[in-house]
Amino acid sequence: MNPYLQASALACERDGRLLFEHLALSLGAGDMLQVSGPNGAGKTSLLRVLAGLMAPTAGHVRCTAKPLWVGHAAGIQERLSAEENLAWLCALHATAPGKVPATAPATEGRAAYRAAIWQALAEVGLRGFEDVPCHSLSAGQKRRVALARLYLPAPRLWVLDEPFTALDIQAVAQLEAHLAAHCEQGGAVVLTTHHLLGRRPPGFAELALGGATA
Amino acid sequence: MSWTWFHKWGSPKWFYALAGRLQPWLALAAALLLAVGVVWGLAFAPPDYQQGNSFRIIYIHVPAAMLAQSCYVLMALAGVVSLVWKMKVADIAIHCAAPVGASMTALALLTGAIWGKPTWGAWWVWDARLTSMLILLFLYAGVIALGNAIGNRDSAGKACAVLSIVGVVNIPIIKYSVQWWSTLHQGATFSLTEKPAMPAEMWLPLLFTVLGFYCLFGAVLLARMRLALLQREARSGWAQAAVRQALGGGLAP
Amino acid sequence: MSVLAELLKREVRLLCRRPGELLNPLVFFAIVVALFPLALGAQPQLLQAVAPGLVWVAALLAVLLSLEGLFRSDFEDGSLEQMVLSPQPLALLMLAKVLVHWLFSGLALVLLAPLLGVMLGLPLVCLPVLLASLLLGTPVLSLLGAIGAALTVGLKRGGLLLALLVLPLYIPVLILGSGALQAALQGLPSGGYLLWLASLAALALALAPLAIAAGLRISVAE
Repeated sequence: MNPYLQASALACERDGRLLFEHLALSLGAGDMLQVSGPNGAGKTSLLRVLAGLMAPTAGHVRCTAKPLWVGHAAGIQERLSAEENLAWLCALHATAPGKVPATAPATEGRAAYRAAIWQALAEVGLRGFEDVPCHSLSAGQKRRVALARLYLPAPRLWVLDEPFTALDIQAVAQLEAHLAAHCEQGGAVVLTTHHLLGRRPPGFAELALGGATA
Repeated sequence: MSWTWFHKWGSPKWFYALAGRLQPWLALAAALLLAVGVVWGLAFAPPDYQQGNSFRIIYIHVPAAMLAQSCYVLMALAGVVSLVWKMKVADIAIHCAAPVGASMTALALLTGAIWGKPTWGAWWVWDARLTSMLILLFLYAGVIALGNAIGNRDSAGKACAVLSIVGVVNIPIIKYSVQWWSTLHQGATFSLTEKPAMPAEMWLPLLFTVLGFYCLFGAVLLARMRLALLQREARSGWAQAAVRQALGGGLAP
Repeated sequence: MSVLAELLKREVRLLCRRPGELLNPLVFFAIVVALFPLALGAQPQLLQAVAPGLVWVAALLAVLLSLEGLFRSDFEDGSLEQMVLSPQPLALLMLAKVLVHWLFSGLALVLLAPLLGVMLGLPLVCLPVLLASLLLGTPVLSLLGAIGAALTVGLKRGGLLLALLVLPLYIPVLILGSGALQAALQGLPSGGYLLWLASLAALALALAPLAIAAGLRISVAE
């Protein structure tokens, strides 16, 4: 089976400092890769290269489809409500939520679309916050809005930079379980985090950056 | 057709060595051509029947103005190479050429102003050529400022590449609109460069100085690029070896 | 395409929820125009003579000012990263974004201009030409300015640099736009200028989005 993402001989240099080189990795169904390392080791840079936001200094990244990317700044616009943000992100990435046959009337499609987004928001504990503008949400709640994308139709490969930031203990446990379940159902996840993952799927691996070149 | 010759240009090491071989020859050619052209033009060419001796400034003004425009085109070409083939050497070429082009533009403006005083009786006239030259100087200033403002060198190089391409698409539009504007607002004055039937003893020295300026530009650009390449590639083995060799091999690694 | 509809909805919502971003350039436009009679003196003949250039310079600066924040909030909250990674063509998305911005801020500027023109003593017969020239010229200003905004969005203080990059590129539009108005003021035909402005607009519509997309990709990669 084809891996979702394959990278070979990756090197990344920032402002004359070599972050990593000769890095090769491959992610297929069921794999979870935790990128670890001290601050400034190049974790975020590696994830941005894998997501396709940044060109590596050397080497290639091959993806079968564009991955889902949630970065430090998660793409949640403060002046829009949680629902509006999610509807926009879904339309942008051409992942329509809610399974509606193409022949269905537009109003029915709209309703299913809405229901799927509300369902995802309820999953991340934001029931009742659907139409609150995001600037009046807390940091943790904003992070939850971004993570609600993981409960909507999405590409198989997720690239998540510090997804646990600002989440409470319960939400962290829930997200860990969700990530593990995604991998067990044939998805793949790359993430950076400083905490020890409580739930690891069978395909778990860790990549330590910054040891050799620090 | 094999493209290896083209991709060789993208290798910093190869380019550094080639530039090192070319640069002395260009410098020598520049010195000879400029010496002949300047002495001939300033001392021996006949004075102009209308402008007297003040016309002699064209031996500096015209080459500077031509170079100022070619340099921007060169930057845009390098920009295309940088964006399409992702060659670092092309980024460096833009970065190194911009200040040289800007100083040539400034020189052309300055000599134009000096020539304007005896000819038009004013240091500055809003003549179409001078005005487009001034705008070209602003375009150079934009590329230089953008390159300095962006901290990350790779991003700075690519951003300057985009800006020089946008600029080069605009240059003809700017030029024609300024020409149109100036014909509408004032009568035609006699111009610095459009001279009917210049005698050979007047234009031959000009040819020498023009070629001399281009060789000088090539030599200066290559020298700047070699230095920038060494800085950019400071981590690599060949750059360290080159620096050690240049220092006379006296330093221990 | 549904994504374009969603983009339009999003941009309209964002602009309506911060109306200051739309109003400030308009107020700026009016203030700059008002400064000139105060600086030059209020002789009607003098003001009428300088009015074409003055209205155009003020409009140009107002458009430039309104563009500084065009991509800023999208850059800061990560929305731009999402747009760069989207399977949709980025140039098309950005063309739509700039056009929505123009519909709200540029068009308001065009509509305000005749009022200011009358205050400067432009005869009423010139107003259709003023409207037409601004209608054709301001989209070009928006598109060219968006290139500069895309290249400088990653910088902390990009405002002055944006002006430095973009103002030289604005010169042809300024010459043609104020030229059309001046011709109308002198009772000469101004159709030629307007046709040139229209072709510049077509050129900018076709090419600028590519440069905007390239600029944003570079800014996001930093």
